[in-house]
Amino acid sequence: MFAFILRRIIQAIFVMLVISLVGFSIQHQIGDPVRDLVGERVTPAEREVIRDQLGLNDPFYIQYFRFIKNACKGDLGLSFFYKKPALEVIVSKAPATIELVIVTAIILILVSIPSGIYAAIYPKSWFSRLVMAASTIGVAIPVFLTAIALIYLFGVELNWLPSYGRGETVNIWGWESGFFTWDGLKHLVLPSISLSSIMLPLFIRLVRAEMMEVLETEYIKFAWAKGLHRQRVWFIHAFKNTLLPVITVFGVQLGILFAFTILTETVFQWQGMGFMFLEAVERSDTSLLVAYLVVVGVIFVVVNTIVDIVYGYVNPMVRIVGTK
Amino acid sequence: MSHLLEVIDLEVKFALRFGELTAINGVSFTLDKGERLGIVGESGAGKSVTGFAIINLLSKPGYISGGKILFEGRELNRLPEEEMRKIRGNSIGMIFQDPMMTLNPVLTISTQMVETVLAHQNISKADAMDLALEKLKKVHIPSPAKRLHQYPHECSGGMRQRIVVAIALLTNPSLIIADEPSTALDVTIQAEIMDLLLELCETEDMGLILITHDLAVVSQVTEKIAVMYAGKIVETGTTEAVVHDPKHPYTQGLIKALPGSLQPGARLNQIPGMMPTLTDIPAGCAFHPRCTISDTVCQMEVPALISIDDYDRMAACHMVEKSFP
Ligand SMILES: Nc1ncnc2c1ncn2[C@@H]1O[C@H](COP(=O)(O)OP(=O)(O)OP(=O)(O)O)[C@@H](O)[C@H]1O
Ligand SMILES: [Mg+2]
Repeated sequence: MFAFILRRIIQAIFVMLVISLVGFSIQHQIGDPVRDLVGERVTPAEREVIRDQLGLNDPFYIQYFRFIKNACKGDLGLSFFYKKPALEVIVSKAPATIELVIVTAIILILVSIPSGIYAAIYPKSWFSRLVMAASTIGVAIPVFLTAIALIYLFGVELNWLPSYGRGETVNIWGWESGFFTWDGLKHLVLPSISLSSIMLPLFIRLVRAEMMEVLETEYIKFAWAKGLHRQRVWFIHAFKNTLLPVITVFGVQLGILFAFTILTETVFQWQGMGFMFLEAVERSDTSLLVAYLVVVGVIFVVVNTIVDIVYGYVNPMVRIVGTK
Repeated sequence: MSHLLEVIDLEVKFALRFGELTAINGVSFTLDKGERLGIVGESGAGKSVTGFAIINLLSKPGYISGGKILFEGRELNRLPEEEMRKIRGNSIGMIFQDPMMTLNPVLTISTQMVETVLAHQNISKADAMDLALEKLKKVHIPSPAKRLHQYPHECSGGMRQRIVVAIALLTNPSLIIADEPSTALDVTIQAEIMDLLLELCETEDMGLILITHDLAVVSQVTEKIAVMYAGKIVETGTTEAVVHDPKHPYTQGLIKALPGSLQPGARLNQIPGMMPTLTDIPAGCAFHPRCTISDTVCQMEVPALISIDDYDRMAACHMVEKSFP
């Protein structure tokens, strides 16, 4: 367990260092804190004085060091647009994105695992063929098309589901949640379906391929030879082994999912981090961009840790290594 | 008395894209209660396919296309899947070649043992656990109670094969089919596993079908031998008779290929030439291109498996047939 935690911490530090360097470079190259501070109407000479006072003319590494020091204290600068600490702005937007990703992940799991398993067990059934064909086409359709089609069908034509915003939310200890109101849940449907459609084909294919491979192994043949019921062979013997590689890929893809929220949130006017990120790009609100990177980096590390723990729970060999 | 197992004219085909491949072509043999039969032959002869056909567990494109398998008075090849399941792992146990691959890596030994009992008997989990422990003791595993809670990767190869044997024993089967149970193990452990199997068959009065390349192993453990070549049995008889006085030129070749006395671990494939693949089995006797005494008749007619002495010996060879009055 100790080795596991240590490995995690080292990984986290490494990821955060890379992100901070990227973030700092962005700030260094495009950002102009002087403008952020005093606006556009100050003469160049006066600006130069301010730059000196702020240490902006110091060498790169000194500035980077200062940046890290402040970041460790949770200070990622002020958002030029919101006139508030950038971190605070991001954190206030995070619940919207996290909830969207959680619902998307649940959809991904609930759809890809049963259909992947079914397609592996009955590879010749019409359902399997349909799923395979649909997932081939599915990969090629861009998200915004799916999103627009969904909005048009369910939002405009049928008028069943809301197609923008988060709807009614409830504040629980500072976390704006859409999980606890009917309206909030309804608002989650279309965005999460669009977001999951990006990865669903990949996941179904992955589960199917892994399961088919496992079904060919000697230990599955032995399980049959023991006269076990087929449910047991499929859902205990084969499925548990299928899960291992699936969990690994899932962990990586979950991180990537956060990147895809930028597009989805924009289409659905979803007031989350991704939506705000695009706004920040338009306004050149660099502190906010950097804060976004940092927060997404933290989420990425946390998600990977959770996935690793789940993996260790399923795979006995990892557990042994971990306890040593 | 009727036989424990009777295989009559078994035919197995693989439905491949380019056509059907006959892997087993008219195999017949019998096994009585508590009797031990060895099936030997070079790689690809159809030994494993025969074994899996008995429990109706052929891998995908394979199917039984003809013949009958009678086990304890029931025709296995006609049984519905659920009835067949009740026989698998219950009255017929299987032991596979590579114990590293046979046990499920993510399930504990106890899980893999208990589930086998519960699939066939209506007893409590605790009772099944006791039974598992009892069988682990029977296969002489050190600290059996501890093993139960381990995962396969925590046990050595020999240990795992003992566990596999213990799993086969759980339901007191009347027949065990062991497909090269020692080939993947170290030479010393090979002998241990074979001794264990022999001991268990004798004490539990179990029938055994031992599939192997290794004539030496067969001669130690079994009472009868069936020699297979290209999907057919070419010679059968008591182990004693076949090993010491082989009649079929193929069997003679196998035995001659053994270095000096019959040592464990010796391999068979030292006869000049190769066994034909199933797609181009020669006309007539399949062995004739490699045979030293073949005649024109061997190239034309498929020899039948017939009795050649006053005992249970049978061989499929025109030349042997001629010399037998
Ligand atoms: N899944 C399969 N698909 C197609 N053909 C197969 C399949 N399994 C077996 N065969 C054919 O059946 C023949 C007999 O195979 P089998 O596994 O019984 O050989 P074996 O005597 O057990 O050999 P070995 O000593 O190598 O285990 C092989 O030559 C192969 O051509
Ligand atoms: Mg084999």
